[in-house]
Amino acid sequence: MHIGCASGFSGDRTDGASAVVDTLIALGGGTLIFETLAERTLALAQLARNTDPQSGYEPLLDALVAPILQRCLDHGVRIVSNFGQANPLGAARRIAALAAEQGLRSPRIAIVAGDALTTPAQYTHLRAAFGPMFDDIDLVSANAYLGAEQIADALRAGADIVVAGRVADPSLTVGPAMAHFGWAADNWPRLGQATMAGHLLECGTQVTGGYFAIPGLKDVPGLENTGFPLCTLHEDGTFEIFKPPHTGGRVDARIAKEQLLYEVHDPARYLTPDVIADLSQAVVEEIGPDRVRVSGIDGHPRPQSLKVNVCHRGGWLAEAEISYAGIQAEARARLAGDIVRKRLNPALRLRIDLIGALSILADDDGALQNARVPGDSRDVRLRVAAAHTDRTLADTVLREVTALYCCGPAGGGGVRTALRPRLNMLSCTIDREAVPATWTFLEDIPT
Amino acid sequence: MTAATYIDVPLYRLAHSRTGDKGDISNLSVIAWRPDCYEILVDAVTESRVAEWFSARQPSRVTRYLVPSLHAMNLVLEGVLDGGVNDALNLDTHGKGLSFWLLDMPVRVPETLAATLPDIERPPTS
Repeated sequence: MHIGCASGFSGDRTDGASAVVDTLIALGGGTLIFETLAERTLALAQLARNTDPQSGYEPLLDALVAPILQRCLDHGVRIVSNFGQANPLGAARRIAALAAEQGLRSPRIAIVAGDALTTPAQYTHLRAAFGPMFDDIDLVSANAYLGAEQIADALRAGADIVVAGRVADPSLTVGPAMAHFGWAADNWPRLGQATMAGHLLECGTQVTGGYFAIPGLKDVPGLENTGFPLCTLHEDGTFEIFKPPHTGGRVDARIAKEQLLYEVHDPARYLTPDVIADLSQAVVEEIGPDRVRVSGIDGHPRPQSLKVNVCHRGGWLAEAEISYAGIQAEARARLAGDIVRKRLNPALRLRIDLIGALSILADDDGALQNARVPGDSRDVRLRVAAAHTDRTLADTVLREVTALYCCGPAGGGGVRTALRPRLNMLSCTIDREAVPATWTFLEDIPT
Repeated sequence: MTAATYIDVPLYRLAHSRTGDKGDISNLSVIAWRPDCYEILVDAVTESRVAEWFSARQPSRVTRYLVPSLHAMNLVLEGVLDGGVNDALNLDTHGKGLSFWLLDMPVRVPETLAATLPDIERPPTS
């Protein structure tokens, strides 16, 4: 069976699906998946839905689906995605409306529900996991990572499109594989193999040349038009990764190995709701131009508990920047940082970066910056950041950096400031019996 | 017969690497460019050496997992993201750049091997 993935996160390129769908059609059909949920995306979606009950699903849904909906429905390419985010029903209704607007047949859309933890019994579990602090946080969202079973069941029942919220990313691939091959939910080797196929697909172009290039060392052609990945999964659980013809990017063993280990901790125990995948004996072979085969993957019985992410409001993030160029630029930026530190309330824990000299590799406490002899960078941007629950106090960071225009070292320019609400996250696990997941056809839900 | 001479090369001459993150934990893959580089990596890129190399980020624990079938290892660094994607004040809240800190770590290799290792090809300057 063939699966293509045309999005690796919420905010990814939206023009990758067309070539993937054409490739699936040429292969005789398959499944198209979109992965649009990073750890914090769901909380942002929930906040959007709080403001507007019709929203809360992937904001780029139209751009992802509208260009390929007709081809998918005409050629039996099924669509499976977590783009329902905090409002799968809203996303399903929007897709039904898109089909109507385009004069297409009415697609059978299934909605997966149950990931949002909202009942008193579920809150009791969360309180047990986090202790009394759970009652003190300003909760935005609490979601368990669901697995592939509801997706598989909906596809077996004839769904053209499956819209989910928080399901584990690889489950978007495992579900269609279970439905296609008739694999049982305890076929651990096959679920482990499909999970790693899904793992390679779920970040989109990260397996076709994105997030890889180092000019002169690891070159990748055509990154302005990188093909999104496809996978041919065989009944024996081995699979191949490739990309659409006439697209940029690259598929090779180096890239596939990097992505196999991406966001993995113990390679013998990659935990998902469906299975514990084991890639400790994985083998990657290049079997043709832009095509690799992956084998040697195994699986072990799934965990009894599901991972839960809880997002809560975390006060305010204040960020402000100012630039210095030419002689003593780094010294002037360091002096500006010292001035701000001396003037601001010590209750604000400041992070001070010297962009162009030392920034993202440093630590919040400035240990690396303090250990370094000031250098002679000649184009340096000072960045001051702090977080605080008190908005007025957080705002003083912006005001003090802005005041450096006149009061700071010579020649400071280009001040930019931002004050943003912050979302913080907690994680725990919950027994899967406490999270009943369901799926429903849109046509069976009362309007 | 003379004893072999050794020189230090940066890790990127022997391996490539990719960073992933979950919460406050960063994982860095280290993948040998060639099978004959793998045993050198196993000897040189140890948990204690990596913890020392990242000391400014104060990892609470470094765990190494070897994957010989990929000629690779996976390094898991806990507590290095200043709280992780939603909590850190760092611009790079995911720690996407951390593998590039690792790739500069010096590794001692026989001089004869060093001459055969890949290096950055720079366009000729006129």
